[in-house]
Amino acid sequence: MGILDLRLEKSNIVITSLDNLLNWARLSSLWQMQFGLACCAIEMMAASASNFDIMRFGVIPRATPRQTDVMIVAGTVTIKMASRIKRLYDQMAEPRYVLSMGSCSNCGGPYWEHGYHVLKGVDRVIPVDVYVPGCPPRPEALLEGIMKLQEKVRQESIAKKSA
Amino acid sequence: MTPQEILDKLTSQFGDAILESKLDVAQPWIKIARDRAEGICLYLRDEPSLQFDYLMCLSGVELSDGNLGVVYHLSSIIHKHKIVLKTVCSKEDPHIQSASAVWGTANWHEREAFDMFGIIFDGHPDLRRILLPDDWEGYPLRKDYKVQEFYNGIKVPY
Amino acid sequence: MLTEFGRLFIFIILGVIFVAAGLITAWLLRPHRPYPEKLATYECGEEPIGNAWIRFNVRFYVIALIFLIFEVEIVFLFPWALVYRELGLFAFVEMAIFLLILLVGFAYVWVKGDLDWDKPRPEIPSIRRTMPAESVGAGHTGTGLTQGAK
Repeated sequence: MGILDLRLEKSNIVITSLDNLLNWARLSSLWQMQFGLACCAIEMMAASASNFDIMRFGVIPRATPRQTDVMIVAGTVTIKMASRIKRLYDQMAEPRYVLSMGSCSNCGGPYWEHGYHVLKGVDRVIPVDVYVPGCPPRPEALLEGIMKLQEKVRQESIAKKSA
Repeated sequence: MTPQEILDKLTSQFGDAILESKLDVAQPWIKIARDRAEGICLYLRDEPSLQFDYLMCLSGVELSDGNLGVVYHLSSIIHKHKIVLKTVCSKEDPHIQSASAVWGTANWHEREAFDMFGIIFDGHPDLRRILLPDDWEGYPLRKDYKVQEFYNGIKVPY
Repeated sequence: MLTEFGRLFIFIILGVIFVAAGLITAWLLRPHRPYPEKLATYECGEEPIGNAWIRFNVRFYVIALIFLIFEVEIVFLFPWALVYRELGLFAFVEMAIFLLILLVGFAYVWVKGDLDWDKPRPEIPSIRRTMPAESVGAGHTGTGLTQGAK
């Protein structure tokens, strides 16, 4: 069936209420696929620990792509790893999002000039929704990135968007 | 044992395979011929007064004259002495005898030297790339290395 | 109005409805866009090698079987405990005989070793050594790394 896949013609109070309900349910429980590759993983762990507590946003770390909504790519992505990231992104179930954390996964980071083995930004292999800059970004920056992703989810609608 | 005594023992055993040496520096080194490397390493490990049982590091080098080389840092836990061995080969014929049958740690170190410099170790049980993907082109740590433009459809440079 | 069994029936129906409602709601809401890469077996990002159906050790089956038998014994104990007060000594002796028979079986299983969870014996590897275990220069004073006269 896939109500989330419908693209209805007109938008009315029922549609918007349903939109609000579904979007609220989805943004309050964005289960993350922790993809800590390098130093940004330490900051991601710090965000999951008690001081910054990412779980109060509903973000639970799961190790498998089958049970997750958002993949947080934290750390340097090498070209050897890029094919695995592509495969894992393919194995996530829709609706799925990607949050790129740190300069290395945004654009190659400090290895942009001489790093022959570094993928210059994870958006060369998978589509990214939110970029969190920093080297590494503080846990509060990651929380702001999660909140931006929540705003993006809040805008989604099952009505067709007219131009 | 002093480095001079080690050099004397090696020259008395192998003679012409010992090419050069420099013993008055902080890390005294001995240069050996590349096609006798395994025999010399086996002797260094098994001879009771030498007993170099610990290969601390094996690294590839590109020298300023364009040749490739391998540097072995050996030490003996029992006798508490150290020595450095060097071998040289050219880029057209980059073959050196493998030391992986003598010390087990040489296995992965030689794979890294092959991955980064293209030095082929004869007698190595499993010589393939260890750090880069298996179908990468080129040997990155050589001075004349150019990054490839595309790898499997992914753009490599910035 | 309802018998006890009637109440139990309503309970079961509500339980089934609860589970079915959750599953049907999820089926209504979720998108369904399968493609071959998504349906591939998960192996931490690598190409899957080999079959996912592996052989299990038989000790799991043995433990489960023994558990089942004694679980049924406990199930028999519950209603007996509820009516024990009315039946008196007769019930006690009868249950004692029942438990004694099962105890014989328990003792047999224990002695035979079916309750042991096999721990692998540690295998100490034998290495080929050409060097002596103790240092040849044992008892030699001074710092070890000097290259002076030995």
